[in-house]
Amino acid sequence: MKLYLKIWRQKNAESKGSMVEYTLDGIENDMSFLEMLDVLNEGLINKGEEPVEFDHDCREGICGTCSLMINGRPHGPDSKITVCQLHMRSFNDGDTIVIEPWRAKAFPVIKDLIVDRNSFDRIQQAGGYISVNTSGRPVDANAIPIEKDLADASFNAATCIGCGACVAACKNASAMLFTSAKVSQFALLPQGRVEASERVLNMVRQMDLEGFGNCTNTGACEVECPKGISLENIARMNREYLSASVKG
Amino acid sequence: MGVLDSKIPSGPLADKWTNHKNKIDLVNPANKRNIDVIVVGTGLAGGSAAATLAELGYNVKTFCYQDSPRRAHSIAAQGGVNAAKNYQGDGDSVYRLFYDTVKGGDYRSREANVHRLAEVSTNIIDQCVAQGVPFAREYGGLLDNRSFGGVLVSRTFYAKGQTGQQLLLGAYAAMNRQIQRGKIKSYTRHEMLDMVLVDGKARGIIARNLVTGEIERHSGHAVVLATGGYGNLFFLSTYCMGANVMAAWKAHKRGAFFANPCFTQIHPTCIPVSGDHQSKLTLMSESLRNDGRIWVPKNIEDAKAIREGRLKPTELKEEDRDYYLERRYPAFGNLVPRDVASRAAKERCDAGYGVNKTGEAVYLDFAAAIMRYGREKALTSGMKNPDDATVRKLGEEIVEAKYGNLFQMYEKIVDQNPYKTPMMIYPAVHYTMGGLWVDYNLMTTVPGCYAAGEANFSDHGANRLGASALMQGLADGYFVLPYTIGDYLSDDIRTGPISTETEEFDAAEKNVRERIEKLMSTKGEHSVDYYHKRLGKIMWNKCGMARNEKELKEAMKEIAELRKDFWENVKVPGSPDAKNQELEKAGRVADFLELGELFAKDALDRNESCGGHFRDEYQTPEGEALRDDKNYTYVAAWEYKGEPSKAKLHKEDLVYENIEVKTRSYK
Repeated sequence: MKLYLKIWRQKNAESKGSMVEYTLDGIENDMSFLEMLDVLNEGLINKGEEPVEFDHDCREGICGTCSLMINGRPHGPDSKITVCQLHMRSFNDGDTIVIEPWRAKAFPVIKDLIVDRNSFDRIQQAGGYISVNTSGRPVDANAIPIEKDLADASFNAATCIGCGACVAACKNASAMLFTSAKVSQFALLPQGRVEASERVLNMVRQMDLEGFGNCTNTGACEVECPKGISLENIARMNREYLSASVKG
Repeated sequence: MGVLDSKIPSGPLADKWTNHKNKIDLVNPANKRNIDVIVVGTGLAGGSAAATLAELGYNVKTFCYQDSPRRAHSIAAQGGVNAAKNYQGDGDSVYRLFYDTVKGGDYRSREANVHRLAEVSTNIIDQCVAQGVPFAREYGGLLDNRSFGGVLVSRTFYAKGQTGQQLLLGAYAAMNRQIQRGKIKSYTRHEMLDMVLVDGKARGIIARNLVTGEIERHSGHAVVLATGGYGNLFFLSTYCMGANVMAAWKAHKRGAFFANPCFTQIHPTCIPVSGDHQSKLTLMSESLRNDGRIWVPKNIEDAKAIREGRLKPTELKEEDRDYYLERRYPAFGNLVPRDVASRAAKERCDAGYGVNKTGEAVYLDFAAAIMRYGREKALTSGMKNPDDATVRKLGEEIVEAKYGNLFQMYEKIVDQNPYKTPMMIYPAVHYTMGGLWVDYNLMTTVPGCYAAGEANFSDHGANRLGASALMQGLADGYFVLPYTIGDYLSDDIRTGPISTETEEFDAAEKNVRERIEKLMSTKGEHSVDYYHKRLGKIMWNKCGMARNEKELKEAMKEIAELRKDFWENVKVPGSPDAKNQELEKAGRVADFLELGELFAKDALDRNESCGGHFRDEYQTPEGEALRDDKNYTYVAAWEYKGEPSKAKLHKEDLVYENIEVKTRSYK
């Protein structure tokens, strides 16, 4: 198939970017979206031009590195997948495809389609852990039975891949879905309850410091999340936050 | 460099690790604050090591090329992590895990290391649960287990098909706690380009900031390499795109021996190649072999009809199917180890029974499991005489709960619904058992340079069993290295900070800058991928699932020629002083072009078949691997001598005192 691409090109964080148009022919249905970009880049390199830089690594939808806004949707038109799992059979011959980086104040562009998501790491560093020593010998893993439903709910929250699609989808560039997923994972487990109050206060504080926007319950994040992280996590985080604040 | 000393402690096998821990030197907490440790790689091994070392009090610097430690490729491990907990009461024990692992590795791993691995395996599960890793549980609230290949017990702990993700996020969380305390300084989007030796000891690294292109010097009293395996040598593999051998290879060039490079795992259940554009292969977890049955058509005409689209697999009658693993290996059936399953698939496809358009695929079928689970569910739900459609629906729900994300992944890639039609799978490069040679303390032949996880060679012999990579990564990082490194660092309590303003750092930085300059200035004809793909073809065709003398010799020659051409004709666009993904790739492929030749040399040198290393010349009349224990019960550790073809072989003899070495049989 033949495609018309409009891609955001930006030399570095300081420079101003712009959309650049490319025409690409010979794309097959079985190619992944990123393999289509590989073909584009191979052509650019052979012509002596600089290839389009984009983040990607595992190419199987789990590392959370790839992060493209495709025709205005994070990770493109299909649902519950990352860009690397998007295949060209989702497009038609002659389509125009607009490719941009995540747009958010807390995710500054590094180059072309690559953004800096270290703000997510700093939110996790603020409290996304349970304070047990790795070198110690904790109690036996089966000493505390955990209700299967709770364990499953915790797991579902923990499957967040930290890609940032929720922020990119949100009109306020809010990181509530991301932050609440981590808060929920621990809040649902007996091991995580011990520090639950301190954790939610610290993580929310850091989230605000990073310059993410507020949540206005639009729900775009949940729709675009490649892992189907539920809005219920945001509700849970709000409850946790409120009760922690009251406890002071 | 002298004779290889594996430093295995004396005494009975089961007491070695305990006695060793009791005897090694410790560093007191106040002194730990004066010692710096560099950890390269933040996957399960690196992440867990960094967190634990920082918690003990050392000052840790971590480096990863990804934008966050959480994205290391351990995250993609699907199936599970083994531990000898025996929660199922099915006869498991530390000894049995040890035995299975040594046997699974085809008697080419070190007894003492494997036993230690089995001993600490149970701590891993305790540790991870305490960290909030949400493992799968039964309705009673206790942890669930499943089975993996090469064993007869259920000892694999899992979190759906995302076990690696959950364990890595656990290690990342432990790291985050130490980053917040200021005990770990995390350098993301950084790549190690050289190791610096001072007075023969590893004392630092040269790294490139991948965002700005700056070349940085970092010093430490010890350097831990936890940089994973080198399967991307084959271009197509289940590895992530960025996985590379750079750190390990640079250490090799600085004196660390590289052990058993030809021991590569080809995983039997991956999604087959669809075309020339393919950039990577996707694994379908081995856990699927718990419930999936592998088959090809019994009649070659049927296989042909399926390939040409005239026949559907679901239309083929039961008696016209060849469940070849169940036929050849009745005791283990679909759960034979990976090397055995891969070769059996290749054998059938080479004989003309392949089922996709390229003829390189076999079926993995869940129809029987779906009906079995469905009937069970119907019974426990009190349904009497449910019809087939209801049973199938109930069964599909259970299969979805177990493997949902894998089925979804398959459907997205292949565009077929695996609940309705069997999956197509084919073997692909998945893991490397070989790696930097380490002693019992995980130290390489360079003092102060340690290697952990997949980057070292130590525990899996010639074939790794499923769910053992996660176990080894975390065992090394959480429970082994933090002890053993103290023994070495106890001599460094008075050393003080290591300066980066020395001749050694100057020389290493100069070396790095010259290499980048050379890559950038060639301005030749071909992209980096052009060379990587060609290397991959040579590796897969001549050093892949079956190898022989003639082709290995050809491979060595072809790789050397390709390497020469690369340095004369590669084209790297852009600038070295900015983000430049092509330059990153070029450096990695340049290393693969050297390692590839050593790989072929190692395979050529090992005149036997064992585990993942299968030589056409050495097989039984039934086509099974034929080991030569008399001549090859050793670890081949290669010393760098300039050209890879000139590498010098050092042998570490493997001694089996606790296990009787015999022919591996899964029949």
